[in-house]
Amino acid sequence: MRVAVVGAGPAGVRAVEQLVRAGLRPVWIDEAPDGGGRIYQRPPAGFHRTPKALYGWEGGRAAALHATLDALKPQVDWRPETLVWNIQPGLLDPGRLDTVRDGAVEQLGFDAAILCTGAMDRVIPIPGWTLPGVTAMGAAQIALKTQGCAIGRRVAFVGSGPLLWLVAYQYMKSGAGIAAVIDTTPWRTKLHALAGLRDGAATLAKGAWYVARLRAAGILVREGATPIAIEGEDGVTGLRWRDASGVEQRLDCDALALGWGVRPETQLADLAGVPMRFDAPSHLWVPQRDAAGRSAVPGLYLAGDGAGIGGADVAEMAGARAALALQEDAGMKADVELATRLDRRLHAQARFRAALDRAFPFPARLAATMPDATILCRCEAVRAGELRQAARADAATGAAPEVNRAKAFTRIGMGRCQGRICGAAASAVLADALGCDVTEVGRLRGQAPVKPLPMPMPIPAGTP
Amino acid sequence: MSGVVETEVLVIGGGGAGCSTALHLALRGAKVVLLERGLVGSQASGANYGGVRQQGRHPAELPIAKRSHAIWQDLPRLLGTDCEFVATGHLKLARSAADEADLVAYLDVARDYQLPVRFLDRATLHRDYPWLGASVVAASFAPEDGSANPRLLSPALAQAARAAGAAIREQIQVTACRHENGRFVVEAGDAVFHADTLVNTAGFWGGQVAEWFGEPVPVRPHTPNMGVTEPIPYFIRPNIGVAGGGIYLRQIPRGNVIFGGGRGTGDPAVPFSRATPEATLAAMRKAVEIVPSLAGVSVIRSWSGIDGMMPDGIPVVGPSSTTPGLFHAFGFSGHGFQLGPAIGAILSELVLDGRTDVPLEPLSIRRFQTTP
Ligand SMILES: Cc1cc2nc3c(=O)[nH]c(=O)nc-3n(C[C@H](O)[C@H](O)[C@H](O)COP(=O)(O)OP(=O)(O)OC[C@H]3O[C@@H](n4cnc5c(N)ncnc54)[C@H](O)[C@@H]3O)c2cc1C
Ligand SMILES: Cc1cc2nc3c(=O)[nH]c(=O)nc-3n(C[C@H](O)[C@H](O)[C@H](O)COP(=O)(O)OP(=O)(O)OC[C@H]3O[C@@H](n4cnc5c(N)ncnc54)[C@H](O)[C@@H]3O)c2cc1C
Repeated sequence: MRVAVVGAGPAGVRAVEQLVRAGLRPVWIDEAPDGGGRIYQRPPAGFHRTPKALYGWEGGRAAALHATLDALKPQVDWRPETLVWNIQPGLLDPGRLDTVRDGAVEQLGFDAAILCTGAMDRVIPIPGWTLPGVTAMGAAQIALKTQGCAIGRRVAFVGSGPLLWLVAYQYMKSGAGIAAVIDTTPWRTKLHALAGLRDGAATLAKGAWYVARLRAAGILVREGATPIAIEGEDGVTGLRWRDASGVEQRLDCDALALGWGVRPETQLADLAGVPMRFDAPSHLWVPQRDAAGRSAVPGLYLAGDGAGIGGADVAEMAGARAALALQEDAGMKADVELATRLDRRLHAQARFRAALDRAFPFPARLAATMPDATILCRCEAVRAGELRQAARADAATGAAPEVNRAKAFTRIGMGRCQGRICGAAASAVLADALGCDVTEVGRLRGQAPVKPLPMPMPIPAGTP
Repeated sequence: MSGVVETEVLVIGGGGAGCSTALHLALRGAKVVLLERGLVGSQASGANYGGVRQQGRHPAELPIAKRSHAIWQDLPRLLGTDCEFVATGHLKLARSAADEADLVAYLDVARDYQLPVRFLDRATLHRDYPWLGASVVAASFAPEDGSANPRLLSPALAQAARAAGAAIREQIQVTACRHENGRFVVEAGDAVFHADTLVNTAGFWGGQVAEWFGEPVPVRPHTPNMGVTEPIPYFIRPNIGVAGGGIYLRQIPRGNVIFGGGRGTGDPAVPFSRATPEATLAAMRKAVEIVPSLAGVSVIRSWSGIDGMMPDGIPVVGPSSTTPGLFHAFGFSGHGFQLGPAIGAILSELVLDGRTDVPLEPLSIRRFQTTP
């Protein structure tokens, strides 16, 4: 049986581990130069820092995952720096993955595949977010982790979610200058959602600890605040924001990290025909799957953040569980005891995740009410006002009742990123303009290639 | 909505052909209802390459194409938007002596139909378009042709039709039609429509409608494969085709290069269509052959759409052979985007005047009837 695993983050590593244990030799693909995924992304060769310094409290887990990763590589068909740009599901025939590595394309058949494609930053466009010096939260973290450099000398962190505090804290620890941490969620929302849960208490404690450290260092930390606009001409010079009591404030900064948690990378699942559903608590479209990771498409399994945000620990469990499901479905002898244990723990984690989603709600209003002049789609330079115009019944093309039609009219989400960055905010703006629920405007459909695919070099004259 | 809706003309299908028909009928005061299964322009008319060309067309289509050309230029007045139509010219390339001979032969057709087309020999061509690949040996240039944004045309036609009084109903599928006591009875959703005249502009699915009236035609799904690159500095002004086909491309002023070639895949029963990686990769190779500087430019999206392909590659346009009051315009065989605007004008004449100046005999549905 030909098995393919896409992604070598926590989910992919644990999936491959179980496949190899069962005697399979999967094709294992990641577009990154090495495995580890987002959280345990490895620094480039020649860059030496201890796991503790790189991964903080997760240092032990990172080291364990990297050890497994390295041990697995010789036992599988390991293909780093390889992008899966298209997938054709295997309904009756075997499925196919289209890959590209350094310009060379290849097609791989599979009987079963596990997609562990992970997550990417979720941002809300705010005025000025396209200025040089503004980056996504996770990207700011990766700059620090893999290059050891901060994104600026006086960095403002704006957003919400555990990553906001963590990254600000990591910056502080590395000696980078921090202008402020502006959290859009009030403290009481987090308290209300998390207190009373065992893991919730730990998260609160971690958060409180980060905040205390940041405050102790004299850094401005504000919760329940709202960003208004990033200021600057050809770089960031400041941020205007509103505090919890509604008073407008301003601060100086030369760089800004923006982020409201992460969103799943679902394009491959979408292309494969996996049905999607809107998960209201996280305000995200996620591929449908059962608790073990089976999708409705035969032979296709989903695990980790790409199947719905759960964090790194859940990703590890879900990866292993999906591999066991694959074995069960293929009529192989799977480790039933492990499957049962994983099911129990994943179930418990789901409760905690729901609490986290309540603790760090996506500020849909902030997106929906962005000023008309805000560049909403940065790839195509489409402003929020143009999208609102496309929602008007008196527009020359009539009103766009859903987001793909709005894309057709305005080019929103048509650029390099295919709406992965602006899609959620675009839906919020459109739904608000139409006066309907965000689920009614739908989501941007995926199209191949999931990431840009370069045109080939010309074949030299005279080649047969 | 349930109940019976009475109308003079009922149009099935809201692509370019149907929306234009609704507009032209409404402009002349007819009471018209258009029924569209999805959103207007969501099938071939919204997914196509956007080529607006007369050059290279079958002579049977040229009178329609010429009439359409006049309407394309008039869109701002008619619709309040130009649908991004720009007459950039269409440059048709030859890569062999045989292809060059085909281009030369077409010059006679063009002359017969007063279509301005200019022949460019190798030296002139490479002087005027220095970015063309060495494999190109000659070309013919049609200055009136160009391209437009397919995503805008049908919705804008539909919007203008609404303003003129037509009822444009979306998300409603026609499931059965018959002719009863001199009137058409059309079932769609949970409603029934009665109409004096029925217009079949259902694209590929027009074959199904024709079958309901006892005149089946051998229409097949046709799914051209499309792709688009990231924006690069604007340098390809004309819309580019090649003799023998296989690749066509154009650049829009904002920088993206749109290209087509080969076949995607699809299922008209869903309906659903998608580009295939094989076709996309092959088209990318061919694009680089004719414009070598595209090497390394990233393709960011691919797609396909479903048109109706007739065995002889030209559409069915004109009255039904079985049922008075029924008119067909479907099966545009991969090149009906340019024709859409004129199709509406012509059908409105057939419906309201019983005649049109445009010769339609070669496009009659009767050509597919096998005499028993
Ligand atoms: C930028 C960023 C920073 C984060 N930082 C933290 C943190 O500090 N602490 C924390 O607890 N959580 C963090 N998270 C969340 C954490 O990364 C995830 O919970 C965890 O990594 C999920 O593991 P995974 O295996 O599901 O996905 P990932 O770790 O994201 O791994 C997915 C892998 O799939 C590969 N991939 C995806 N698509 C393709 C494709 N089409 N072709 C080939 N390869 C592909 C990617 O290159 C990647 O290596 C962060 C997330 C992001 C996006
Ligand atoms: C990928 C692609 C590229 C192309 N490139 C070009 C080009 O560059 N230049 C050019 O001139 N032409 C091009 N064409 C061809 C052109 O797009 C079509 O010929 C033209 O759009 C057909 O228009 P239409 O109105 O007949 O069909 P459509 O646009 O398909 O409209 C038919 C409509 O009928 C509706 N319908 C069907 N059945 C029912 C029912 N039972 N009830 C209600 N509604 C129904 C459908 O939903 C559909 O919206 C291309 C086509 C494709 C697919």
